[in-house]
Amino acid sequence: MVEFTLPKNSRMVTGKTWPKPEGAKNTKKVQVYRWNPDDGKNPRLDTYHVDLDTCGPMVLDALIKIKTDIDPTLTFRRSCREGICGSCAMNIDGVNTLACISGLDEAKGDIKIYPLPHMPVVKDLIPDLTHFYAQHASIMPWLETKTNPPAKEWKQSVEDRAKLDGRYECIMCACCSTSCPSYWWNSDRFLGPAALLAAHRWIVDSRDEATGERLDDLEDPFKLYRCHTIMNCAKTCPKGLNPSKAIAEIKHMMVERIV
Amino acid sequence: MAYLTDRKRAAGMGSAKSGTLHHWHMMISSVALVGLIPCFIFTFGSIYGAPYEDVVAYYQRPFPSIVALLTFAVGFIHFRGGVQTLIEDYVHGFAGRALLIGMICLSYTAMAAGILAVARLAL
Repeated sequence: MVEFTLPKNSRMVTGKTWPKPEGAKNTKKVQVYRWNPDDGKNPRLDTYHVDLDTCGPMVLDALIKIKTDIDPTLTFRRSCREGICGSCAMNIDGVNTLACISGLDEAKGDIKIYPLPHMPVVKDLIPDLTHFYAQHASIMPWLETKTNPPAKEWKQSVEDRAKLDGRYECIMCACCSTSCPSYWWNSDRFLGPAALLAAHRWIVDSRDEATGERLDDLEDPFKLYRCHTIMNCAKTCPKGLNPSKAIAEIKHMMVERIV
Repeated sequence: MAYLTDRKRAAGMGSAKSGTLHHWHMMISSVALVGLIPCFIFTFGSIYGAPYEDVVAYYQRPFPSIVALLTFAVGFIHFRGGVQTLIEDYVHGFAGRALLIGMICLSYTAMAAGILAVARLAL
C-alpha cells in the first residue's frame, strides 16, 4: 500500500559540511545523499565544495573529484563517462539522468544528488537494480523462433528494421522506471517503462516468431496496464527515447487481438 | 523475507490474461462521455430551476431523457473502471479487495438510482 511518510530509519538528516578547498575562487556547492548500511545511521546529505577551475565540466567529474580529493568513502557507479553504459544514473536536482552527460553549468545554484528514487539503496548513490534486471529478463529479450535457422541469416527488410528505431537504443539505466509513479507503487508487479520498451522492441521485430506468446505474457492488469501515460519516462530518458509511446503501441496491439 | 530467485520474484504468478477488455471499455466510455456530458449539461442546464411540471414535461421528451439515462449509465460504468484502477494502484491486499467490492456496489447503486429517477420522470 502506498506510504506517505518515510520509515523512521530512512528519514534524511543533515550531514557533514566539508570545508571549501583552500585558495579556490570558483567553487560550486554539491550536496550528496550518503547512506552506509554498515553504520546503522540514517541517511544524510553531505555538503561539498568543488573547485570548478580544477574540475571537469560534468557532474560525474565533480563526483570523481570529490572522491579523489575530498572524501574517498563516497560511493557511486560509473564506467564509460559518455552516456553509453548507463552506470552513473542518479537523481540530479530532481531529475533522473546520467551524471556523465549532465553539465555542472546546467544547474543554476547548488546541486543536490540522490540515488534513483524508490529503489533499495546498496550504499550512497548506488541503487539495487536486481529486480529491475530480473523484470527485463522476464520479457525474454532475445529472438524467439520456431522455424529452423536459415543457412546464413534471418533476413529483415529496411522498413522492418526501421521499426526497431527508438526501441533498441535503451541502455537500461533505469532512469525511466524509477521516475514512474506507477512503478514506485507497484514495482513488484508492474514491469515498468524500460522492460516494456524492450518487450515492444521484440514484439515488433519482423524476425521474431513469438509475438502471440509475448503479448499473452504481457496481458495483465499489473504487468502492462499500470501504465497511465504519465510520460515521466519519456521526459527523463537521457537517450531521448519514448517508452510511453511503445507501451501505447503494445496496448493498441492487445486491442487489435480482441476487436 | 522468502528465499526466491530474482527471476521468480519478477515473474510472480504470471499473466492474468486479462486487462485488455477493461482498457477497451474505458476507452469506449471515455469517447462516449465526450459527447454525452456536453449534451447532458445543455439539456439539464436548460431546464434547471424551472417549475416541477415543466421539468416532468421536459423529461418526457425522448432526447433529454435518453441523454440523461445514457449519461448516468456510461458515467457510472466509467467511474467504476476508473476508481477500480485507482484502488488497484494505491491499496493492496484485503483492504484493496474490500474497497473494490464497496466501490462496485456504490457505482451500480448510484447508476440504478439515476436511471430509476429519469425513468419515473419520463414514463
